[in-house]
Amino acid sequence: MTHPAAAETYPDDLKYHTEHDWARIDGEEATLGITWYAQDALGELVHFEPPDEGSTIAKDESYGEVESVKAVSELISPLSGEVLEVNAQVVDAPEKVNEDPYGAGWLVRIRLADTAEVDSLLDAAAYKQHLETL
Amino acid sequence: MAQTLLRTPLYDRHVALGARIVPFAGWEMPVQYAGVIPEDRAVRTDCGVFDVSHMGQLMVEGPRVEDLLQGLLSNDLSKIGDGGAQYTLLTNDAGGIIDDLIAYQEERTRFLLVVNAANKDVDYRWLKEREIRGSEVTDVSDEYGLLAVQGPRTFERLGIEEGAPFTWEMGELDGIEVMINRTGYTGEKGVELGCMADDAPELWDAVLARGATPCGLGARDTLRLEVCYPLHGNDITPETDPISAGLGWACALDKEFTGVDEIRRVKEAGPVRRLVAFVMEDKAVPRQGMAIEGGGEVTSGTHSPMLDEGIGLGYVPSAQAKVGTELTIDVRGRPRRARIVKKPIYKKESS
Repeated sequence: MTHPAAAETYPDDLKYHTEHDWARIDGEEATLGITWYAQDALGELVHFEPPDEGSTIAKDESYGEVESVKAVSELISPLSGEVLEVNAQVVDAPEKVNEDPYGAGWLVRIRLADTAEVDSLLDAAAYKQHLETL
Repeated sequence: MAQTLLRTPLYDRHVALGARIVPFAGWEMPVQYAGVIPEDRAVRTDCGVFDVSHMGQLMVEGPRVEDLLQGLLSNDLSKIGDGGAQYTLLTNDAGGIIDDLIAYQEERTRFLLVVNAANKDVDYRWLKEREIRGSEVTDVSDEYGLLAVQGPRTFERLGIEEGAPFTWEMGELDGIEVMINRTGYTGEKGVELGCMADDAPELWDAVLARGATPCGLGARDTLRLEVCYPLHGNDITPETDPISAGLGWACALDKEFTGVDEIRRVKEAGPVRRLVAFVMEDKAVPRQGMAIEGGGEVTSGTHSPMLDEGIGLGYVPSAQAKVGTELTIDVRGRPRRARIVKKPIYKKESS
């Protein structure tokens, strides 16, 4: 019954926000999620409060919440855009974020409002450096 | 305010097991090892062990100890005998709950009180100031370690005779002298093992070797909430009375103790609000302090690992306290529906 926890990784093909969110950029769109560090700090997730599909979310602002048994954490968006899709599988089974934070545990897919915002995000090496300062 | 956190004799064991350590009631305690969910389930299905050495232990002894305690504690100690244990409340003049605790009778002139860590100093002072000639209160917390071993396979794994709940005896586990208390805070069969502080690491190792899963304070909270055991500081406080909290059964209103008149009055008039158990109907995790529409408040909330849904305890106006009543809880600005259920929230047959 224990969910296998993923090993600590920060894939090179992702962009990172200092609030422990990642973005996978695909042209005008991006998929968002939380990093291994974030899910490990929270513990087993039991709730994902997603934004509405079709709503707009803003860079550096909260777009939803994730909760573990003990704690609530706001999701900080690394980028601005319109929510195209919410990962319904994570709404039903939030532990997917712990099991596979960069794969099956993605949270939302958005259409980017401004692709230039991507330049402000960290690459994997810079994010790992940021983690060392915490 | 720089304050040094205390460590139990098992601190190094917790760190070695990879526990996440958090500050709790002035102590550095393990909140989880493998995770709250698997630990909760281990206790429900097999056997888990918790370090509860942080809990306060007060020895009260002397020829007139019964006079002292009968006047300060809500339950009737004359109903237990040597080797008996009793859940009881330390109440203030207003009938509020200073602490909830378990009293273990060693003999008629000697009782051990196991109290909440966060309230130990307050309890000790309260009792000490009220000592009467022929009674003496001593804080013996530092002398003993305490392990809660809980779950349906506890007795089988420990090789201890099951015996009746709320009894205790001296015994031995793998060569270590232990006080075997058949009490707990999980709703499962089990024991709380008292030992000399120096023996605690060895006892911990012995219990783990017998197959118990190490469990932290996180699972301790989900387990107690699933079976609706109140947590002092959340669900019961010096400002709440036992009747409103559903703890009238632990109050012997036919005897005299601190605050009894006020408790009798609440019982007579009927409480204005009641502590109810609820289950979320919408997806959400209730948390302490959230408002319940109609003038109520959540006092404890979590996600139940056994039921896989949000559960909680809260006070609501008595008119709104019937089982089956729909509640609306303000979850950070979002109205979320819940339903009042019969206590306990988790029952064996419901899993």
